[in-house]
Amino acid sequence: MPEMNFIQAINTALAEELRLDSKTFLMGLDVWVGAFGATSGLTDEFGAERILNAPISEAGYAGAGVGAAMAGMRPIVEIEFASFFYCCWDQVCNQAAKLRYMSGGQADMPITFRAVCGAVGSAAAQHSETVYSQFMSVPGLKIVVPSGAYDMKGLLKSAIRDNNPVLVFEHLKLGRSKEEVPEEEYLVPIGQAAVKREGSDVTIIAIGYMVSQALKAAKALEEDGISAEVIDPRSLIPLDEETLLSSVAKTHNVLVVDEGHLRCGAAAEISAVIADKGFDSLDAPVKRLAAPDVPVPFSPPLEKFILPNDKKISATVKEMLG
Amino acid sequence: MADTSLSTDKLLDMYRTMQTIRQFESRVRDIFQEGQIPGFVHVSIGEEASATGVAAALTKQDYITSTHRGHGHLIAKGGEVKPMMAELFGKKTGYCKGKGGSMHIANFELGILGANGIVGAGLPIATGAGLAAKVRGSGEVAACFFGDGASNEGTFHESLNIASSWKLPVVYVCENNLYGEFTAGKDVTSVKDIADRARGHDMPGIVVNGNDVVEVHETTSQAVERARKGEGPTLIECKTYRWEGHVVGEEAFLGKRSYRPSDEIEAWKRRCPLITFEQRFVPDTFSQEEIEAVQADVKRAIDDAVQFAQDSPYPEPEEALEDMFSNA
Repeated sequence: MPEMNFIQAINTALAEELRLDSKTFLMGLDVWVGAFGATSGLTDEFGAERILNAPISEAGYAGAGVGAAMAGMRPIVEIEFASFFYCCWDQVCNQAAKLRYMSGGQADMPITFRAVCGAVGSAAAQHSETVYSQFMSVPGLKIVVPSGAYDMKGLLKSAIRDNNPVLVFEHLKLGRSKEEVPEEEYLVPIGQAAVKREGSDVTIIAIGYMVSQALKAAKALEEDGISAEVIDPRSLIPLDEETLLSSVAKTHNVLVVDEGHLRCGAAAEISAVIADKGFDSLDAPVKRLAAPDVPVPFSPPLEKFILPNDKKISATVKEMLG
Repeated sequence: MADTSLSTDKLLDMYRTMQTIRQFESRVRDIFQEGQIPGFVHVSIGEEASATGVAAALTKQDYITSTHRGHGHLIAKGGEVKPMMAELFGKKTGYCKGKGGSMHIANFELGILGANGIVGAGLPIATGAGLAAKVRGSGEVAACFFGDGASNEGTFHESLNIASSWKLPVVYVCENNLYGEFTAGKDVTSVKDIADRARGHDMPGIVVNGNDVVEVHETTSQAVERARKGEGPTLIECKTYRWEGHVVGEEAFLGKRSYRPSDEIEAWKRRCPLITFEQRFVPDTFSQEEIEAVQADVKRAIDDAVQFAQDSPYPEPEEALEDMFSNA
């Protein structure tokens, strides 16, 4: 099977979906040149009419995406860095998320928002956040966080075809990571977790880039005789509770790892679901490993200190099982 | 003095629309104060000509976005008073099955992309509807209603910039009723005429008498034509006035604290859009009897709408959990 990196997966998914449906168009900052390469070359095939280079005007063009979706189109809106979502919070949370419900189910809202997220190395607090957990408490949005090229392509295609607003968070650190991606068409359904590694002693639920760290940790733990199962929820909303809970029922121990902040974060929500519905399976309290509640700092040692990684994951697991 | 090229049918239709808005909202105001309508409502009594004149220049396929003060826009774009009234009552038979209420009525078949509770939120949405029409080449125009207050929001400038840069078929209609909530626009706005802001975005900005339905209609028709020809957006500022408060029943929390002079209100009432119309067209174009027949027809329709809303059932409580995601 051919290999493809994360950015190529995005590019291919976009091209395939743009080809498939003339109602689909892409709009965002720097999409002609493709700031990170994900949209590079799309104008050659689809022209400037369907690949729209937007002004630095998030509220304006995110809101225009919402209007276009209500008027029967299928826009893909790129919000460069996830922290820029704050500039169009109203358009995403008050408009895209609510207009279907408020209209009594009249409106389909087939809009996809894409943003790069996560700490990539000294980008400081306004270009390093994950942000997705804040959207998790806004009913009406679907949220996916792919952890590799295969899921990236399949989830993005599903997001574009979905008739609801879907937020796709693309961790920039995954950009060059490669995976096997089939040449034939496939979709990864939204709302389906993936067991990335089977194990029997502990379940590590990891989100986005943290999946790679959890897999590394699991390998190290194996040498210490600990068998870790690694689960990637892939979509945070809707959350595949069944897969998470059946893993916990098997291992009786669970660590939830997220690069986002600890307080009210994605790990907090997943932990609460397990505590609510899987309490009888647990041998120990659900444990969270996430970034402490400070803005992401600039200086390399500071940034490194707050981010979870494979070593912190394996140390936490050993502590839990110790 | 019927110096207009509009047909008598068109004129009478516009009068009927203005009457419907006036009577719908007057009744809403009254029954809200009787406690029949939950939540809060914003009425546009005194501003009927701008909604009517603009919508009369649009086709059914064209789009509008509206505001928290949106009943008039919706009626003018073809919204029926029965499901509108039922929505205000929170009933199952409302346009939004009771999930939206006064501030959120939408009807996508009529191109009504929704009233909106957030000031300035409709601007990018209308811009996007215009973008949709342009990308697919389908020829619709989007008319965007907003107030003087919204013209101070970032979304106003962002939307005008995008629409002008991309030559989108959008008509921006600022209904300048002089107050944003309880603050006079002149105290917080850098320009006397909102239309002047069009220059900053390289599009035509036109001030009209917002209480003259014919003037609003003729100006809007030209802007719509320009938009359909692909020549880009226009900003129209309708100078008008809301007779009632920002929100019906505001005396309950404002007490005797006043934010506008009573002689100002009285002066604007003398410029009533309906009276302006009648003075111009009765008796030369329409007889007094024709005008009174319209008034009586509309009264019956509003009576029926209230009865319909009162008789309609509430949604089942569990319906609160429905209409979240489309499975299509």
